[in-house]
Amino acid sequence: MGLEQFKNRNVGQQEYVLLDVGHSPKTGMDQFKQVVRRTFKGELFVGLWVTMREMINALFKGQMHTVKYPFEKLPISPRYRAIHEMLRLLESGHYRCIGCGLCEKICISNCITMDTRYDENQRKEVSEYTINFGRCIFCGYCAEVCPELAIVHGPRYETASEQRASFSLFEDMLTPIDKLNLQQEYDGFGAVTPYADENIKKTPLAY
Amino acid sequence: MEVTTYTNVETFVTHLPEVTAVGVWIKAIIILAVISAIAGFGTYIERKVLAFMQRRLGPMHVGPYGLLQLVADGIKLFTKEDIVPQNANRLIFMLAPIITAATAFIALAAVPVFPDFTIPEWIPVIGGTFVPSIAADLNVGILFVLGMMAAGLYGPLLAGMAQANKWGIIGAARTAIQFLSYEVVTGLSILAPIMLVGSLSFVDFNNAQAGGISHWLIWQQPVAFVLFLIAGFAETNRTPFDLLEHEAEVVSGYATEYSGMRWGMFFIGEYANMITISIIAAVVFLGGYSEGGLGWLTIILKVGFFFFLMLWVRAAWPHVRPDQLMWLCWKVLMPIAVINVVITGIVMMV
Repeated sequence: MGLEQFKNRNVGQQEYVLLDVGHSPKTGMDQFKQVVRRTFKGELFVGLWVTMREMINALFKGQMHTVKYPFEKLPISPRYRAIHEMLRLLESGHYRCIGCGLCEKICISNCITMDTRYDENQRKEVSEYTINFGRCIFCGYCAEVCPELAIVHGPRYETASEQRASFSLFEDMLTPIDKLNLQQEYDGFGAVTPYADENIKKTPLAY
Repeated sequence: MEVTTYTNVETFVTHLPEVTAVGVWIKAIIILAVISAIAGFGTYIERKVLAFMQRRLGPMHVGPYGLLQLVADGIKLFTKEDIVPQNANRLIFMLAPIITAATAFIALAAVPVFPDFTIPEWIPVIGGTFVPSIAADLNVGILFVLGMMAAGLYGPLLAGMAQANKWGIIGAARTAIQFLSYEVVTGLSILAPIMLVGSLSFVDFNNAQAGGISHWLIWQQPVAFVLFLIAGFAETNRTPFDLLEHEAEVVSGYATEYSGMRWGMFFIGEYANMITISIIAAVVFLGGYSEGGLGWLTIILKVGFFFFLMLWVRAAWPHVRPDQLMWLCWKVLMPIAVINVVITGIVMMV
């Protein structure tokens, strides 16, 4: 089918095909027959059965849909870009950031501010690191550019707070040292959702 | 309780202990307390059942499994501002919800809510008092109840007309056509069982079906039962006939301008009416409380079934249009009801 057919707006000149939708009754007797037929068809009871079946499924077969949100949460995709996290090295517990400044450079909304200095071992250390979340557009460039997988996007999407500063300091984003064993490695862009295969549904092509 | 089939009202009454004023008072208090509690609890049940049928949880957070939701709702209703719109007719606007709630409970005065019983002697003051099954055992009980439920239509009607709101007016008009029309079907459908039993008293209906399930009137009058159920749904303003306050069409119909406890009284009235219709259906067609000592349990189960049926139907079926409602009433249900009455009469004569 070419594009011209779609662009043809002269309604009534195309070759329309009438669907067979049955006939509406013409005489009074036909109307009466239709009423009787529909009355005794039992479709109403099919509806009753469907709702009862769903109730049985929900109550006894564990198919309740409700997620009690603040107490239960659905798993979100690892691709999701929420509040940033600063990861630590698993062996030493030291933060991974090497102070290269690439994230600050690439940030298109200029929301990352960092300051570095040399420590006593002549290693670069991060003396100051903040992200202005009022400006951040969560584009994910900083996580993409980071050579050390130090700054990543976490799954923390509930960002309501009394003040923006609650999230934006380096210490706030850094994995707490006692939670080091719980630190999740960032799957990266293009990662698939957990249980993605199980959640695939057939497209209902029947109708 | 001894189960005996009495042939007429006089012999039945002489077999019972004397009904004193104290007994009637106690019965009235029991009815008010139990039905108000059930009517309030019904809103919780309704929300739960509808939620389960949509695979949701329903109210969960107030109390265990949301059981105290009723209390929270009550506090909310009582503390809300009582708004009377500027152009409304103040007196009628404030009176209308009382009419709905009052007529619903007055109707319950002549309905057998539980079997009769005698208060044990060891209880002080009221010990030994015989509590009848009906607060006011009228010999025209069914007429009285149907009349009271018909009078209840003045609640929505006056409410809709008094509130100076176009949705209210439409709701009031729908009230008039719907309740008046289905009153006819209710009366005609229940006429056939009345002919069979030969009495208008609920007690006689109950005793006429005392011989077990095979004696239930539903087997003799299945058509009348279905008609009564359909008309009952319409009269209690339940889906698929809840046109009076159908949100998608008329905001909230006759209750649009109401808030707080005045709105709550419409709700209590509606749920009390649901219970009344359930009890009438149970007593007239399903044998009532006639199963010996278990009568109180079986009547509760039967009423509970009809109550659940109303919620079930609400979850499953769509609304009908007002013109379909009228068509169904005058062109289908009423002729069938008349034919049913005629056939019943012919069979009784032959």
